[in-house]
Amino acid sequence: MSGKCDALVEIRDLRVDFGTPALPLPAVDGIDLSIGAGEIVALVGESGSGKSVTALALMGLVDVPARVAAQRIAFAGRDLLQMRAAERRALAGRGIAMIFQDPHASLDPCYTVGNQLDEALRFHGNAQERASKTVRRERSLALLGEVEIADAAARLRSYPHQLSGGMAQRVMIAIALAGRPRLLIADEPTTALDVTVQAQVLALLMRVRDERAMAILLITHDLAVVAETADRAVVMYAGQVMETGTVPALFDAPRHPYTRALLDASPGHGAARERLRTIPGVVPGAAHRPPGCLLAPRCAFAAERCTAERPAMRRIAGQASVRCHFALTAE
Amino acid sequence: MVPASRLAEFWRAFAQSRGALTGLALVVALVALALGADVVAPHSPIEQFRDFTLAPPFWDNGGSLRFALGTDAVGRDILSRLIHGTRLSLLIGTISVSISLTLGCILGLFAGYFRGLVDTAIMRLMDVMLALPSLLLAIAVVAILGPGLINAMYAIAIVLLPHYVRLMRAAVIAEAGREYVTSSRIAGAGALRLMFSTILPNCAAPLIVQATLGFSNAILDAAALGFLGLGAQPPTPEWGAMLASALEFIQRAPWVVTSPGLAILVTVLAFNLTGDGLRDALDPKLRRSAA
Amino acid sequence: MNAGPPLLEARELARHYRFPGGPLKRRDAVRALDGVSFTLREGRTLAVVGESGCGKSTLARQVTMIETPTSGTLLLDGRDVAHADAALRRKLRPQVQMVFQNPYASLNPRRTVGALLEEPLVIQRRGSAAQRREAALAMLARVGLRPEHYARYPHMFSGGQRQRIAVARALMLNPRLVVADEPIAALDVSTQAQVLNLLADLQQQLRVAYLFIAHDLQVVRLIADDVMVMYLGKAVEQGPADAIFGDPRHPYTQALLASTPSLARRRANARAIPPGEAASLTAALAGCAFRSRCPRAIARCAVEAPPVVTIGAVRVACIRASEPA
Repeated sequence: MSGKCDALVEIRDLRVDFGTPALPLPAVDGIDLSIGAGEIVALVGESGSGKSVTALALMGLVDVPARVAAQRIAFAGRDLLQMRAAERRALAGRGIAMIFQDPHASLDPCYTVGNQLDEALRFHGNAQERASKTVRRERSLALLGEVEIADAAARLRSYPHQLSGGMAQRVMIAIALAGRPRLLIADEPTTALDVTVQAQVLALLMRVRDERAMAILLITHDLAVVAETADRAVVMYAGQVMETGTVPALFDAPRHPYTRALLDASPGHGAARERLRTIPGVVPGAAHRPPGCLLAPRCAFAAERCTAERPAMRRIAGQASVRCHFALTAE
Repeated sequence: MVPASRLAEFWRAFAQSRGALTGLALVVALVALALGADVVAPHSPIEQFRDFTLAPPFWDNGGSLRFALGTDAVGRDILSRLIHGTRLSLLIGTISVSISLTLGCILGLFAGYFRGLVDTAIMRLMDVMLALPSLLLAIAVVAILGPGLINAMYAIAIVLLPHYVRLMRAAVIAEAGREYVTSSRIAGAGALRLMFSTILPNCAAPLIVQATLGFSNAILDAAALGFLGLGAQPPTPEWGAMLASALEFIQRAPWVVTSPGLAILVTVLAFNLTGDGLRDALDPKLRRSAA
Repeated sequence: MNAGPPLLEARELARHYRFPGGPLKRRDAVRALDGVSFTLREGRTLAVVGESGCGKSTLARQVTMIETPTSGTLLLDGRDVAHADAALRRKLRPQVQMVFQNPYASLNPRRTVGALLEEPLVIQRRGSAAQRREAALAMLARVGLRPEHYARYPHMFSGGQRQRIAVARALMLNPRLVVADEPIAALDVSTQAQVLNLLADLQQQLRVAYLFIAHDLQVVRLIADDVMVMYLGKAVEQGPADAIFGDPRHPYTQALLASTPSLARRRANARAIPPGEAASLTAALAGCAFRSRCPRAIARCAVEAPPVVTIGAVRVACIRASEPA
């Protein structure tokens, strides 16, 4: 297990269950995840894969009655599960920050941009920022400049509803950066934006990562975005990790049938006007997870062993790993 | 797994609240009482027993089980009058709310669907009606139409109307922009079909709740009118009228006053609990997660 | 193959929305559609591409006759529906049907699937009850659903299945044209592929034309015969899909293609991303609406409205379209 001691985030065997102890509905079913400093890791999956819940569990935002359990959830070497609630809350926003899909739902409509930045700095700024309003204002202007918002002074006085989608998302990023986080979790940050604005925001995130050596956990269902932005990708299905690997190697030679199927189903992967190859069936609901491999009912390569025995995660060369009895070989 | 019908899902949500179940049980009991009044009541509600005027209830000394809750000033059995009064109160509630609901739905549909001049005209009229205190409005209507139970029902219907119109209009405005309505329009549906067949069923939920709560309002208003002598006329055993005629005996024979009062209280409480339960069951956001 | 009049033809179609004026407010107009022209032939797919505010949803509303255009003509099978009276519109309605973006909002939650499918037939008074039921069951099979789904309610289905139901419902009246307003945008990747394949199959079987509104260029590439790129109410480039994707002439089309993430491209930084965002629709701009973000803008762009230049089969609205890229 060498090479992991300098990982910024280390999650081992995370499980999140909804429902009752008698009838658990597992949203996340034993996933391992590690993120190195300054690395962009993409968590890829469709709806029901558990990717958002994983991020919320890392932030400590999963509420009762859900149950979170893990062998280890560590950030910068410290075990988050062992921390007291107050310490963990202090970490959220300062060490780890999070931005969400719909910026207009995440920004408080009753307060100006300046107010919300000020609040973020009051809680997560450094000692000088926490003490002085003037220093906070200076820093707010600097943050808005960093996210490429022109006319920052005027924007401080704007309310969220006066901002376009792209600008609101930039404000969200600015608020997230206020505490100088070492990890930014971005949950589908560009899904609700126009494609040109999406390109701008993604470029912004990558630039910020380069300048601050900040790690990013990018949660998305868009494989093309992953291909262009991420260093590593973790593919999730129905609460488990199916495959991990570096990008672009993962997309050039996918090992898991699900990754291969996702690529086949993505428009733009094949030639124009060709029929897309689809995966029959639907994702199993939390109450209907099959006993063997989760993908077996839908997998074109499923054999007897697949329905009987759930495969374990296997390491392949370098940083790649796959959870499949019959991993596809590189062609 | 067979998907549960909507009724089964609704019942499961409704039954989660003990208050709602209690309310429903009470309502069922009251309806049963009203339907079987002729059979259940020991005496006729208007028969006067001159020898037993102001007899106390059976738990007081001087009382007997023959007149379990005592008798009033002219010797009529209070228990029988209460039971028959149930029939009247439920009738008032049902008819007033039905008239009001039907009219309110139609006006609200037109106002919410057509907007513009139609909307303005209807809503300003409703605003005028809402500006008047409800009881005064009811009194005014009865004063014009003349006292009596039927006219009291019309008056109450008119008083309840603006609430339903507003509610319906708000629901229609919210639903009319939804895509399934546009879908029906593209399929060729005309205005009437869109209003009554497509939009109305989807606006029913808040109205059902309001109707149940309106029931209790109607009963209270009827009692108030009866109390003022503008509603049911003697010897009709309407609870409010019973209260009015018993006021002078509040010191001497308190049971003549408290019995109808308690009957009103229990009935209104039953419908309110049921209405709350309905609202909680029909509003998905308020539902508690399956434990 | 292309003989006869086109199924749908628009000439300078425009739709403006006026804000109600008052003593304190200016009477602004939102020029949601500002002079759009295109043709669509039977059995073909015209994709309308653009970002928010470009007017594609407004266009959908004009074509499905929910609204009347402010000016311009819209010919359906040679008959002008822009200036039609209610009777003609009623008669032509069955020819144009629509599939919406949000599968969770476009089906009436109070109706069973069977009732939903039969409703268009009921409204148009076609067939007896038994015939309608048969037609509904047949359509269910055609979109890949089973007869037992007939009696179920929409909330019992997944997004992809609901969209199939929506497609089935749109086809019940045998329309010649189906307007699909971002029909797969709200679905998962693998479900998107299923629904796209279904739409392609149905087009082959039924010879129905699609007006396919989308913002995802990769999807458009798969199904479009012709493409029309819109920006702030105007068509900036239109023509056969191969030409548009192979050799985009308008700077906005180039920007869209550059901004669309692609599995083939390796690094995001390696592309030219247009700055800024689209201007508001109420600002009455002289000249070209895209000039504030255009990398090739010159002084004339602020003064003259761009002329429509024809290059091969493609029409481009740019002063500099004829110049080499």
